[in-house]
Amino acid sequence: MTTTDSATIAMDLDRAWDLHPQVSVRPEPFGALLYHFGTRKLSFLKDRRLLAVVQALADAPTARAACLGAGLGEDELPRYGRALAVLVQSSMVVGRTP
Amino acid sequence: MTAPVTAPMTAPAPPPLVDLFERGLDAPICLTWELTYACNLACSHCLSSSGRRDPRELSTAEAKAVIDELEAMQVFYVNIGGGEPTVRADFWELLDYATAHHVGVKFSTNGVRITPDAAARLARNDYVDVQISLDGATADVNDAVRGAGSYATALRALENLAAAGMRNFKISVVCTRHNIPQLDAFKALADRYGAQLRLTRLRPSGRGADVWDELHPTAAQQRELYDWLLANGENVLTGDSFFHLSAYGQALPGLNLCGAGRVVCLIDPVGDVYACPFAIHDEFLAGNVRTADGFSGVWRDSELFRRLRTPQHGGACASCAFYDTCKGGCMAAKFFTGLPLDGPDPECVQGYGEELLARRDDGTRVPKPSGDHSRGTGSRKRTTVDLVLTRREAVTSPARPPVSECAEHPLAGLDLTTVGKDTAHA
Repeated sequence: MTTTDSATIAMDLDRAWDLHPQVSVRPEPFGALLYHFGTRKLSFLKDRRLLAVVQALADAPTARAACLGAGLGEDELPRYGRALAVLVQSSMVVGRTP
Repeated sequence: MTAPVTAPMTAPAPPPLVDLFERGLDAPICLTWELTYACNLACSHCLSSSGRRDPRELSTAEAKAVIDELEAMQVFYVNIGGGEPTVRADFWELLDYATAHHVGVKFSTNGVRITPDAAARLARNDYVDVQISLDGATADVNDAVRGAGSYATALRALENLAAAGMRNFKISVVCTRHNIPQLDAFKALADRYGAQLRLTRLRPSGRGADVWDELHPTAAQQRELYDWLLANGENVLTGDSFFHLSAYGQALPGLNLCGAGRVVCLIDPVGDVYACPFAIHDEFLAGNVRTADGFSGVWRDSELFRRLRTPQHGGACASCAFYDTCKGGCMAAKFFTGLPLDGPDPECVQGYGEELLARRDDGTRVPKPSGDHSRGTGSRKRTTVDLVLTRREAVTSPARPPVSECAEHPLAGLDLTTVGKDTAHA
């Protein structure tokens, strides 16, 4: 199982992001499974709210807006930002030009 | 898990992922689907005792209906095997249907139909993975198990795939007593074709039960394999199937969990659903996709699967210091060697399985696989070669444990990442 040192990655919360077009999302009681058909990687989201954030990315102007829209508080942004950064590093989440 | 996160830094840690998986998922992550029992070969260790087509095999329409269900359940991909799946007349049609319906396909083949045209077709489809089975790095070792000419067939397929520009295809090796000394040669072969090497465990399932005693790696070879994997790290895929080797010391990455009926299962050519690809026996039969509620009904409601999704206990292994890493090993391997399911794996690296095997008397009933599609009597003939076994020098400073991905195990090739509030999981 791959572990990623999320602390070393910076996430730009103030730009637009989206799921990679080759990523499939499957909600589960504990969160979700993400599968990338290009890299053949599987990721587990262990949090339903992180799933909500990820699903909101496509229609939100920024990742910050997606987080706040999903009901997160300002104080939670750093932690969810780190989780998103892990997804960016594995190409599950990619930058989007609004 | 359902409690809202109100105070991030003090929220209770969610249970480790492996515990969630132990209770099963709403749908498998992926599954093995054997399309036909027909095969041009008669490998002595065939997991599914294949050879002749079964007249009850799913029709094209029925197979497509299964794919529709898998799409609806969001099963990300299927590992297709057999038999030799490419000898089904509708193989390419089903492959295209699956990938068009967002079900990725990985298929195992002996290479018989991987012509230059087929290779070009595969190279164009991003949703397809191919693995060519090869059980010897030389023709003599391979053909002794897989049959005369099968080495040449496999190498021609590898050449065609490489020439077509196919990337990341796999050479899939079942590790035996005779090919463990060829690990470096397998790696060189894979490198030559730009392929990735996958090593999987020999199971005493199907015809494999007949040859397991002679073919399974010796205790010294298991150690040799572990050391080799430590030295070759991330460039070689192995199976969660090898997690019993974790008891040598370092726990291997991977789920370290028997996924049978929890995250994986098998659909056989006639639509029977079994807990795992290595357990084709009535004991592990959950249902059939032809029943009213289809595959999803079987996955969801089968009494067997519900039972497998309850936490398992260590039984005789509970007091072993390595139980947490090996979890007692492989259910199918125990079952088909006549060992109790709550005891050690027959290849337990601590030697407990060997002790039990030695204590089996003639009265021990070793279960036979439920189906046998072998062709004639000759196909079950034991064919092995005599080879001088050599022991590699032990690797003295293992830098990291082997990467444990699956090959014939349905979770083959997955790169697993966990993201969320607790990334430090089991």
